[in-house]
Amino acid sequence: MSQVTTQPSITQIWDWLDAVPDPEIPVISLVDLGIIRDVAWDGGTLVVSVTPTYSGCPATAVIALDIETALRGHGITDLKLKTQISPAWTTDWLSEKGRAKLEDYGIAPPQAAGGPEKCPNCGSKHVTKVSQFGSTPCKAHWRCQDCLEPFDYFKCI
Amino acid sequence: MNAPLAKEEAFLQFLLRMGDNTLILGHRVSEWCGHAPVLEEDIALANTALDMIGQTQMWLGLAAEVHGPGKSADDLAFLRDAWDFRNVLLVEVPNGDFGRTLMRQFLFDAWHSIQLGRLMKSSDERVAAIAEKASKEVAYHLERSADTVVGLGDGTEESHRRMQEALDYLWPYAGEMFQSDDVDAEMVKAGIAPDPASLREEYDVLVSRILNEATLTIPESRFAHKGGRTGAMHTEHLGHLLTQMQWLQRAYPGAKW
Repeated sequence: MSQVTTQPSITQIWDWLDAVPDPEIPVISLVDLGIIRDVAWDGGTLVVSVTPTYSGCPATAVIALDIETALRGHGITDLKLKTQISPAWTTDWLSEKGRAKLEDYGIAPPQAAGGPEKCPNCGSKHVTKVSQFGSTPCKAHWRCQDCLEPFDYFKCI
Repeated sequence: MNAPLAKEEAFLQFLLRMGDNTLILGHRVSEWCGHAPVLEEDIALANTALDMIGQTQMWLGLAAEVHGPGKSADDLAFLRDAWDFRNVLLVEVPNGDFGRTLMRQFLFDAWHSIQLGRLMKSSDERVAAIAEKASKEVAYHLERSADTVVGLGDGTEESHRRMQEALDYLWPYAGEMFQSDDVDAEMVKAGIAPDPASLREEYDVLVSRILNEATLTIPESRFAHKGGRTGAMHTEHLGHLLTQMQWLQRAYPGAKW
């Protein structure tokens, strides 16, 4: 029974999307990341609006493919992905659940103050910036001066 | 006298100018990949290049849409020859040493951040949306290039000398960003983009403050090399850059992966 006979509800689709991991940071979902801006039925077509984190993020194409694969796996055949660039993505859209998972994973979540609150490994507040740029466009490279571990900080934009 | 430009044609030229600036500078900066002095700088340069290529996709994507059916951003990037590019000469000059690359980045970022700030109020909502997205990225490009210019300018004797040489070499290329022509007049009339000349004062204040902090001296001459943004004449460097950037599409037309 792969054919969907009645349209799945919008809430159901959000739940499915919440199970699709971010390709670069697989501990959080695309919904946690805040890049799914809208899900709506347009007649028989499901329209999913996605916003890029950074305009040159190489994961964008993979994300589109992952969304499509997931939803088709749930029996949705008539699907349209829309890129929405305005309003521009902001780290304010990261979910609370996503922020907690990031920290567990060793990535300091974004802070309005512009730097990590504490080291995600040992909790020390004694941290220093190595570079504004890290392993992906959305992260900066920091180091803890107590446990001496380097770590990623999710930049606040 | 030239016939007045149609608004659509002027809009296309404006979009090509924006997109070609980020495309050519993005490519230039990407040439550092694997060659920067330290790993952190290598990553920073690659990230900056990536942002600029991403911004190019938005500007040239819109340009392709305005151009009419059958054109894509990729066609514009990979299938035009040097005379059809509309970037300022500043972004096509070779990288030189690390200091010159960061000085060029700073002189461009300073203009770019001011320009995008104005474009966020564009009467065309597609332009405003691209500017809003790009300006977030450019804010930290500028923060980094300005910090590096200060660090190296006010650094060792050698780094200071190299930064002053970079500034002396690049300064005559800064003026082109503020030259206005009938394309700009059309954009101002439509409320789409500001008159480039109107950005100069804010630019000079910003650039002087940083260069002063970097203990560097701005050359007195206001002479400006020009011809890039109008397409009248590029430097000999652009053709060489294009042979590398466009090689694959030229050798294997339509190749995809």
